[in-house]
Amino acid sequence: MRALLPNSFSKISGIFIILLFMAYLAYASLIFGVIDTSWQNAVEAYTNYNGTNEHIIIKEVRVPRVLNAIAVGFSLGIAGTLLQSLTRNPVADSELFGLNAGAALFVVIAITFFGISSLTLFTWIAFAGSAIAGIIVYILGSFGREGLSPVKLTLAGAAITAFAASMRHGMLVINEKALDEVLFWLSGSVGGRNVDYLISVLPYMLLAWIAAFLLARPIQTLLMGEDVAKGLGQRTMLVKIITGVVIVLLSGSAVAVAGPIGFVGLITPHLARYLVGNDTRWIMLYSGLLGSILLLAADLGARFIAMPAEVPIGVMTALIGIPFFIYVARKGLSKG
Amino acid sequence: MNALETRQLTLSYGEKNIIESLDLTIPRGKITVFIGSNGCGKSTLLRSLARLLKPKEGAILLDGSSIAKCSTKEVAKRLSILPQGPTAPEGLTVFQLVKQGRYPYQNWLQQWSEEDEKMVNKALEATQLSELAHRPVDSLSGGQRQRAWIAMTLAQGTETILLDEPTTYLDMSHQIEILDLLDELNQTEQRTIIMVLHDLNLACRYAHHIIAVHDQTVYAEGPPEEVMTEELVRTVFDMDCQITLDPLYDTPMCIPYSKNRLANIPRKKAEVI
Repeated sequence: MRALLPNSFSKISGIFIILLFMAYLAYASLIFGVIDTSWQNAVEAYTNYNGTNEHIIIKEVRVPRVLNAIAVGFSLGIAGTLLQSLTRNPVADSELFGLNAGAALFVVIAITFFGISSLTLFTWIAFAGSAIAGIIVYILGSFGREGLSPVKLTLAGAAITAFAASMRHGMLVINEKALDEVLFWLSGSVGGRNVDYLISVLPYMLLAWIAAFLLARPIQTLLMGEDVAKGLGQRTMLVKIITGVVIVLLSGSAVAVAGPIGFVGLITPHLARYLVGNDTRWIMLYSGLLGSILLLAADLGARFIAMPAEVPIGVMTALIGIPFFIYVARKGLSKG
Repeated sequence: MNALETRQLTLSYGEKNIIESLDLTIPRGKITVFIGSNGCGKSTLLRSLARLLKPKEGAILLDGSSIAKCSTKEVAKRLSILPQGPTAPEGLTVFQLVKQGRYPYQNWLQQWSEEDEKMVNKALEATQLSELAHRPVDSLSGGQRQRAWIAMTLAQGTETILLDEPTTYLDMSHQIEILDLLDELNQTEQRTIIMVLHDLNLACRYAHHIIAVHDQTVYAEGPPEEVMTEELVRTVFDMDCQITLDPLYDTPMCIPYSKNRLANIPRKKAEVI
């Protein structure tokens, strides 16, 4: 397979085109919705705020939505690239790794047993749930003679996902009140959340973004196989552990802001590889940006499909993701 | 000085010892070949020499100092290893693969230098892959693919190269092609080549030094002419054979007996018996 954008010039140009497209989607997301407004109104909401409905909607609803979608999409896109590289599994993403399920389980426990219902607290509880699920998957995946292996990691992820999901369902069946409270959160959304949640996890996101790009070169080498990487002088265990921590930071902060959103991290690394080929640094950057675009688009779509009601964004990404998942799995099978 | 030495080396998987208290020296600038039956521990030994496997006890000395005490990147500048049956990620080009050989010379600040570029091009030329540099590795033939991996170890610019069964899964002509390449590297650049081979006759033809691994230790070592005996093959491989001379190169050649074949050729049977 030849990359669509073979040289640095075309790759950099591609970034600009993606950014332009992202700006366009962000603009559309600010302006269109149940109440359509205008660009002038959006600017005035910040320069000349007058407390009208439109200004409130822009400041409190639309802008946070756009920022959430961009940051969460970028994080999920990068996390997906890291996960697929670390596990050498083309259909890995945070959804399939227990990270989202762990977050969801913790939020449900918080509601059911501790009566917590504040979104602010959900942020941290979700983060913790994701981190703990990640650590357990990691430990389970490292048992045995040859240490951390992609297959064991994938199996451990599947097991923890199944476990967390069934525990969660069990609790929700017993506690109907919790079900109502948590249902919207569980399907994921970049809307209905104040920008404060994003700001509170942003330091972790930023740290993880930087770390991810520093990890790109070691990961490229690790992709050649554990023995080859060791032979080339890489401390592979260290690289794998740091990668794991970065994945947990990215998925944890994403799920904390927007609830469990699947499939973004699954799709975008493949699209990125199709565009830029095999260089992990470029894949990561493209995958992140495409993640932002995908979430912005899914969020826009979520508003229009059943207007004036809103389809959860997790449903939108799943609608796009499932056919893609099957496509990737089949492609992999026919190769093997 | 010897290229590599082991001191009282014990290797194990869990409780089971694979190699026990082994003292071994591997000559510099020569081709050394490990032989032995499946599962005898020769690959394990090779992997431990390249620090891919931590010894349970004992030490491995590279140029006289313990590799466990050196930084792994420093070791990678002096010793390279090509593991058994490596696989490149889908779509990776030959150039991208060979480029990885420069990993030990790079860090956060020093990304890609002229020296790196030069070494990669030299490795591609030595393995006659310059023309194919931008083809994906998975589109190449088995022999070309193995040459690409060898090019990666060459780009590493190390004096010592270890290879774990570099000719496995290749047809006979590609086996010769790979071994000729390694032989040439040894002769023209005096690189120390250490490898595991399954084909005894090719081992005898190309090796200066043969090490037969059996029963958790080295059963015999030395030049092929001295090491390769019918008795060794019987003990190490549990197989009866006749040792004769390779008609082309006068190196030892091992002709195994088959259980039922002789009965069908009465003339030969009479000769042998």
